[in-house]
Amino acid sequence: MIEFCLPSLGSDMDKGTLLQWRVKPGDTVRKGDIIAVVDTTKAAIDIECWHDGTVEALLIEPGAEVPVGTLMAVLREAGETAEHVRAQLEALRAPAAATAAAPLATQQPLPDAAPLSVEHGRATASPAARKRAAELGLGLEGLSGTGAGGAITLADVESAASKARAPNRAEAMRQTIAAAMSRSKREIPHYYLADDVPLAAATAFLADRNATRGVNERILLAPLLLQAVARALQRYPEFNGSFQNGAFVPGTGIHVGVAIALRTGGLIAPALRDVPGKDLDTLNRELLDLVQRARAGSLKASELADATITVTSLGDQGVGSVFPIIYPPQVAIVGFGRVLERPWVVNGAVKPTPLVTASLGADHRTSDGHRGGRFLASVRDLLQQPAELAKAL
Amino acid sequence: MTRDELRAALLDCLSRIAPEVDLARLRPEQQLRDQVDLDSVDWMNFLVAVHAALGIDIPDVDAARLTTLDQLIDYCTARLR
Repeated sequence: MIEFCLPSLGSDMDKGTLLQWRVKPGDTVRKGDIIAVVDTTKAAIDIECWHDGTVEALLIEPGAEVPVGTLMAVLREAGETAEHVRAQLEALRAPAAATAAAPLATQQPLPDAAPLSVEHGRATASPAARKRAAELGLGLEGLSGTGAGGAITLADVESAASKARAPNRAEAMRQTIAAAMSRSKREIPHYYLADDVPLAAATAFLADRNATRGVNERILLAPLLLQAVARALQRYPEFNGSFQNGAFVPGTGIHVGVAIALRTGGLIAPALRDVPGKDLDTLNRELLDLVQRARAGSLKASELADATITVTSLGDQGVGSVFPIIYPPQVAIVGFGRVLERPWVVNGAVKPTPLVTASLGADHRTSDGHRGGRFLASVRDLLQQPAELAKAL
Repeated sequence: MTRDELRAALLDCLSRIAPEVDLARLRPEQQLRDQVDLDSVDWMNFLVAVHAALGIDIPDVDAARLTTLDQLIDYCTARLR
């Protein structure tokens, strides 16, 4: 039996609300298929299944809010019988029966603005509605009933609960970011370094490469910067990973989180996976796709869970440099400012040169400024060899 | 393709790149990337969408000087002629 649980959605998201199942019992699922869509404070997330199997039972109803790790569905493995899965599921459920009465979801109070009628005296409600409202922590007095004589039905309670849950996405995201950044500034002793990086070679390389290419194949500077960070991490692995339970845990791969500012407010940092192994065309294509999906709200759970470092680029239309704050439990974040043509001394002569300020915010518990400086210098040096960065390792 | 049809096609491309933007509030004579807050990745995605929708491949040198919706419409009109 394959247990499908709500996966981790990043360190700052510990629960989700099931929006819809993309599969039904009996469906065949392949590794990597999206089988559910779950809403979080940041976005609706597509949840993949990481096993081949056949859906046996869906255990969570759409609308339910569940913590990360909750068993949501069970699947049958190849050659396994339905009876075998059922028996295992029963065994799994038995010890949980004692606590089954506990409400699954933690409900927020109804917003003040909710257009609900206020009734005086004791509300009339069906026993099922009364029980469910108690489970959800909802007061019946605020609800309007659609049953006989205005009685509150189970459906009314579910509907009110769903309205209460309807997220004010911007506000919820603000709270999520506030929690993550407060934790970062409270727990992580940051140190900051910055360096100006000449981009004459990189921009010339891209101009040359893009000159004969159609719009579909044109390469941006951003993937080259991301690749420089990823390759530098291969030489300085102490910046790639997380700090957990008092110790540094190296990343299993170099997955670069890309900070994307959302126009509706807030930001999200999904990851490009295994960056060093990708050539520039692949990385460019994946970045364009990732940003577009982040904007459209169709990211995958795996993209939100496993970044081993974050890169933020605030300079595209804005400022010259950024002092980035680490996204916990990661241990480093690299920032890039706006590319500006500035005076730069080359072979004893001042020459107008495109420059970008690269900065590093790093966790002093896991690294020191000296190594941080070497890491940032490595990013700078790698960007002087753009043709090498463009190749997959 | 009329000017209005072209405008609608361009706005459709934009809405796919920036679905959260209120297109009705866009001022066609003002800087598009400022109004919509498009970064370089969004802008590239927009150019790719325009190519897919209209078959117009806008080179980098041209894209750099196309800053308003009106300019984009003028440019595409000329290219389609």
